[in-house]
Formats: sequence, structure tokens, C-alpha cells
Amino acid sequence: MADVRTDPIHQFGIHKLVDIKIGGYDVSFTNSSLFMVLTLAVIALVLLWGSSSRAVVPGRAQTVAELSYEFVVKTLRDTTGEAGLRFLPLVFSLFMFVLVANLFGMIPYFFTVTSHIVVTAALALLVIFTVTIYGFYKNGTRFLKLFVPKGIPVLILPLVTAIEVISFLSRPLSLAVRLFANMLAGHITLKVFAGFVVTLTGLGAFGFLGALLPLIMVIGLTALEFLVAFLQAYVFTILTCIYLNDALHPGH
Amino acid sequence: MTWFISQANAQEQATVPTEGGHAPDAVATVAHEGGEHGGTFPPFDPSTFPSQLFWLAIVFIALYVLMSKKVIPQIAGILEARAARIASDLVEAEKAKAETDAAIASYEAALAAARAKANAIAHETRTRVSHEIDGRRHAAEALLNDKLADTEKHIDDVKRIALDHVAIIATETTEAVVEALMGRISRDEAVAAVTAVSSGRH
Repeated sequence: MADVRTDPIHQFGIHKLVDIKIGGYDVSFTNSSLFMVLTLAVIALVLLWGSSSRAVVPGRAQTVAELSYEFVVKTLRDTTGEAGLRFLPLVFSLFMFVLVANLFGMIPYFFTVTSHIVVTAALALLVIFTVTIYGFYKNGTRFLKLFVPKGIPVLILPLVTAIEVISFLSRPLSLAVRLFANMLAGHITLKVFAGFVVTLTGLGAFGFLGALLPLIMVIGLTALEFLVAFLQAYVFTILTCIYLNDALHPGH
Repeated sequence: MTWFISQANAQEQATVPTEGGHAPDAVATVAHEGGEHGGTFPPFDPSTFPSQLFWLAIVFIALYVLMSKKVIPQIAGILEARAARIASDLVEAEKAKAETDAAIASYEAALAAARAKANAIAHETRTRVSHEIDGRRHAAEALLNDKLADTEKHIDDVKRIALDHVAIIATETTEAVVEALMGRISRDEAVAAVTAVSSGRH
């Protein structure tokens, strides 16, 4: 009964391609794994192969590679200063991975890696652990100043500190859920409206006309989803930069 | 839309019980809850977590290594090489411009010098020529003056000789006239008569 054509949840299903088990854990190579590997391959293709000619006057692929590099470097430098550039490999990897994975999701029949909360949560925890570990490594206990803002009256300081701690702890959650929810909701909405088109066209001439409305919606939503795909990659990146800035310069 | 999602979920739920473990009578309520609470909603299915995390770790570590060892040095190298190239080109252009300016300046200096030299030559020539003309004119004027003076002297001589001849002619004429009228007289008498007449006339 479950119709693959109109079921909005079906696209998030994970199917085993190669069964692998290590130490009792099921680490099979799935469609999700396949698209992670494809994401890596596309990034390598564009960034490495695209710029392999090292031309002074860049071609198309090299321009894309240079633009993405300069975009991430500028975002990182503007947010964290020169000291933050040591995190460029991490931030560039995060940006490219999320961006390419999001954009992959826009291709019909392709799996959206970032529509699974375990993936976005893993990336968010990676960021937060990097920030916390580097923050303590670089600043020692001074990193805790992050939770004690300057110029706050002593009376309300405990309250503010409590809020700051909660805010810090909620960062990985918001980082993970924002990306996951955006991708999930966007793809469900797209599929629902596309499903309307399929269902209505099955109802004869009247339904055929009625299907025009959701079709126009699908076209608009597709454009919106492309924007969201880029925007969420950017938001993830810039929040990473802001959190890294806390590790580099606590007490601001 | 709500209807549609409910329908879709209901349809899905209908096939699920074997894997999801839902009792068939739970289908209606689950459908209205939107399906997220069902154990089969794929993003919340914990059975897929180890596999996703495992492959994400592999892919992301590979990506990180690729970025830090290959991509970033390569692109940074390209951008640095370009910046260096632009800087050196600018320096070269600056040098070429300075050379051009120097060439223009030396050309203009040469032009000014040539013009000054030409003016000097023209002036010198004009002065020389006018001096020469003056000299020649003076010489010609002196020559003419000399000739004038000579001629005047010559005229004076001629006049004097002519006047001398007038006395002799008068004497001879007197002699001839008197001889024809009264007979012979001496030369002295004739001279005396002429002298008397000419002095008396004066």
C-alpha cells in the first residue's frame, strides 16, 4: 500500500548495500554511507582536481575552488581573527561537507546525508568538543570566564552565569537540530507538494488542472530549498566560527 | 496537507507492524501523531546510528586530511603565487613607466636644446648678414662720394679752363674785329682793351 511516489518519509530510509559487522555493531555500507563517500569524492574533484592546473588565470572549476576557499577563510578571519586560521581545515571541511551533502539532497532520488540527526549531532559535537578542549588547552581555567561576563553587577551574576552555562550547553543541540530540521522539513514539504501533483493528476481532467497549483509551489520550493541548502551550510560554518572565537578569546 | 500526511503515514504504518512492532489497532492514533513517534521514522531509528557514525567518521577524517594536507596548501599556493605575480607585475609596470617618463624628459630636453641652437644660429646669421650689407653699403657710398668729388673738381677745372679761354677768345675776337674795322693793333692793346672792358663790367 505504501506508495513510494507519494510517501514523504520514504526518501529518508536507510538501506544496506553491503552488510558489515564489527564487534557486534552493524556498520553496513548503506545508501547514507554511499552519499557520504560521494560527497567526499565531489569535494575532492572540485577542490583538488579543479585547482590542479594551478593557473594564474583560473578556469571554472578552479574559480569555484578558490571562491569557496576565500569565502571560508574570510568568514573565519572576520569572526576569529588571524589566530583562528589554525582551524581552517576543520571549518573548511565542515562547510564543504554540509554544503555538498545538502546540495546532493536536491537531486531527485539522491539521499540527503544531513537529514539524519545522528550525522548533524556528530558534526555539532565535533565542533563543541573542539571548542571546549582547545579553550581549556589554550586558556586553562580562564576559559571559564566565558560564563562570567564582565561588567555585570554581583547580585545578578549567578543568574547570568547560569544562563551562560545553559546557553553553552544548548549550542550543540541547536547546531545539530537546526541543520537536521531544516533539511528534513524542506525535503518533506517538497515531497508532499510533489505528491499532491501525482495524486491530483490521477483524478482525471479536473485534477490535472488542480495539480498546477502544487506544481508551481514545488518549483518555488525547489528554489527555496537550494537557498536553504547553502544558507544552512553557511549558518553551521559561521556558528562554528563564533564558538571557536570563544575558545580563542574567552571573556568577550 | 494534514490529510495527505495522515494518509501517507497511515499507509506506511499499515505495512510496518512486522518491523516496527505496532499493533494494528495503533495505526489510527499513530497516523494522527504524524509518525515521528513511530520507531520506524528513519532519522530516529537507532539501529542505523552505528553505521552512519562509522562512515561519517571515516569520510570526515579523510576529508579533514585531504583538506589540511592537499587542498588548502594547493589553493593557498595558487593565491600566493597570483598575489606575488601581480605585485611583481606592478613593480615592473612602475619601472617601465619611470623609464618612459625619463625618455620623454630627455626627448623634451633635446628638443629644447635643438630649438635654442636653431634660434642662436638664425640670430647669428641674421646679424652677420646685416653687418655685411652695412659694410657693402658704406663702401658703395664712399665710392660714390669719391666719384662725386672727382666729378665736381673736374667740372671746376673745365669751368676755369673755359673761363680762361673766354679771355683769349675775346682778345682774338677783339683783334679780329678791330683789324677788320680799323686796321692792325697789337696784341697788348687788345688784351688791355678786353681787360678794361671785363674789369669795367665787373
